[in-house]
Amino acid sequence: MIEAQELTKVFRDRKRGEIRAVDKVSFRCQPGEIYGLLGANGAGKTTTLRMLATILQPTDGTARVAGFDINREPEKVRANVGFLSTATALYGRLTAKETVEYFGRLNGLNGGALKKRIQELFALLEIGEFADRRCDKLSTGMKQKVSIARTLVHDPPVMVFDEPTVGLDVMTARTIVGFIRDCRTRGKTVIFSTHVMSEAEKLCDTIGIIHDGRILTEGALAELRSRHGLQDLEDIFVKTVEAQA
Amino acid sequence: MNLRHVTTVYRKEMLDTLRDRRTLVSMIVVPLLLMPVLIFGMAALSIKLIQRARREGAAIMLLGAEHAPRLAARIRGAEGFQVVPPAEDYARRIEDKKLRAAIEFPPEFEERLAAGEEVADLTVKIYHYQGEIRSTFAVRNLQKLLGDYRDQVIEQRLAARNLSPDILEPFRTEEENVASPEKVSGALLGGLIPYIIILLSLTGAMYPAIDLTAGEKERGTIETILASPVSRTALATGKFLAVFTASVATALLSLLSLAATFTFAPQLREMGGERGRQLFNIALSAKGVAAVLGMILPLAVMFSAALLAIALLAKSYKEAQSYISPLMIVVILPAVASILPGIELDAKLALIPILNVSLVSKEILTGTYHWNYIVLIFLSSCLYAAAALGIAAAAFKRESVLFRT
Repeated sequence: MIEAQELTKVFRDRKRGEIRAVDKVSFRCQPGEIYGLLGANGAGKTTTLRMLATILQPTDGTARVAGFDINREPEKVRANVGFLSTATALYGRLTAKETVEYFGRLNGLNGGALKKRIQELFALLEIGEFADRRCDKLSTGMKQKVSIARTLVHDPPVMVFDEPTVGLDVMTARTIVGFIRDCRTRGKTVIFSTHVMSEAEKLCDTIGIIHDGRILTEGALAELRSRHGLQDLEDIFVKTVEAQA
Repeated sequence: MNLRHVTTVYRKEMLDTLRDRRTLVSMIVVPLLLMPVLIFGMAALSIKLIQRARREGAAIMLLGAEHAPRLAARIRGAEGFQVVPPAEDYARRIEDKKLRAAIEFPPEFEERLAAGEEVADLTVKIYHYQGEIRSTFAVRNLQKLLGDYRDQVIEQRLAARNLSPDILEPFRTEEENVASPEKVSGALLGGLIPYIIILLSLTGAMYPAIDLTAGEKERGTIETILASPVSRTALATGKFLAVFTASVATALLSLLSLAATFTFAPQLREMGGERGRQLFNIALSAKGVAAVLGMILPLAVMFSAALLAIALLAKSYKEAQSYISPLMIVVILPAVASILPGIELDAKLALIPILNVSLVSKEILTGTYHWNYIVLIFLSSCLYAAAALGIAAAAFKRESVLFRT
């Protein structure tokens, strides 16, 4: 479960002064549900998700992730979150197996339990055949599979995906989308950000439209449609953002 | 801080680092090859130059040799000179380094000398190239030869007046070396060795430090690792330990390579004659090597932490390199200063980082242990190291550093 309460992040830039990247963002996402943050580039999606994953510290506000407060127990939060984005690359000089082992160890697994978990994941994701190849020698699709294994090694109850399909080819993107659905089926709490309307339409139980650091409107796709009197998510998005401007 | 996390990070960073070719070269290949190449190379070069100089002799020109036939014959017969026929353009040839010196005798030099004329206008002139080393050597040898000749003339004149030559030397002076051979050689090579080891402990840490910070940002793995449960402090510690290991490994390998090189030194000593004996009469004791390593440890901590903190500011490998290059100069300057003659360790210098370790290592390698300075330097180095560590740890907690855009 994720519960964000007035999350705020202010950056200080020498040239541009204070930037409110995220401004009092609150939302809630239950286990077995996918919450989608839909927004243009620079809307504050990445910053919001980074705060949830405790990579960044909020300037104000807080969130509870898997029962832990992100400000007070960031390490426990991270132990319960799987974080995947196109920015989360792999260590090129480590093999697929070494990579997953490394993150397994950092998550407190070792010995037989770690070995068993890796075998399970590698079988599930069909990594076996390139398990001992270095990551910089893998194709994009193979890398994505290793990244998935990396986020799942500690079987976290909460998954955070930051624009996970950006720059991927259709087949690889489909693998990721399938994987996100799979997480929901297994009862995980899933939050993901995207600027691709069709992805949000297909995947999300709840959609939050974020712009200029604020969530402008939120609800299930059907709710948004009836609230705005529009069918197409893109039209709803543009109308909401323009009304704000 | 979770110690299991620190060891996990450390082991991974070591594995990653040891698979990086740049690091391997700077950490293993350079220290192993540099010492023997430098020492053997330097020895071979200086021996060769001395031998060539001895064999060929300095090209000199005699101007007005007909006025001093006996002296000219003496110069021609002396070792170390190669007399070329007189020519008008001697000055230009000296400037072009084709000629090392020219000696000019005034008209009827020997006849006037024999006549016992006043010295005032009886001048032998030597033309040379100031500051050019082989020209200086040629002038020195010519002066010696002329001096001997002058002594001989004086002796003859004194004898003609029935006076003993002893009245010219009411007392004698004598020099005797009391420093042990170990220290004499230490003065020659002792300054250079710690300097090279200090420099290598920096260069050995450089690539891993960049790779583990700016390299992570450039490859986009920083977000991956920050999203894992490892704390920033544990991450910084694991990375620091890996860079420190690389630094110490480089210093250790260069010391080992140095020791191995000196095992072959006896052969070099025989090869190099007097000069070789001076250069290689260095007795590297295990105690000295261990003590130098002990002094370099806090320095390696400081280098590793400082490099990590600086490289972490950069967004890319290239940017980090451009930040670190000036640091190289900052390190080279005090290290070079320690080789300069006349710089002796005192309480003030003992507080200047890098220079202090360089100076004390020089003393240790020559077998001198000033324990008060050794303790002072070790403690002050530890203090600087702690400060650098503090800065590095703080840098790892700053979002503006980790996510600089």
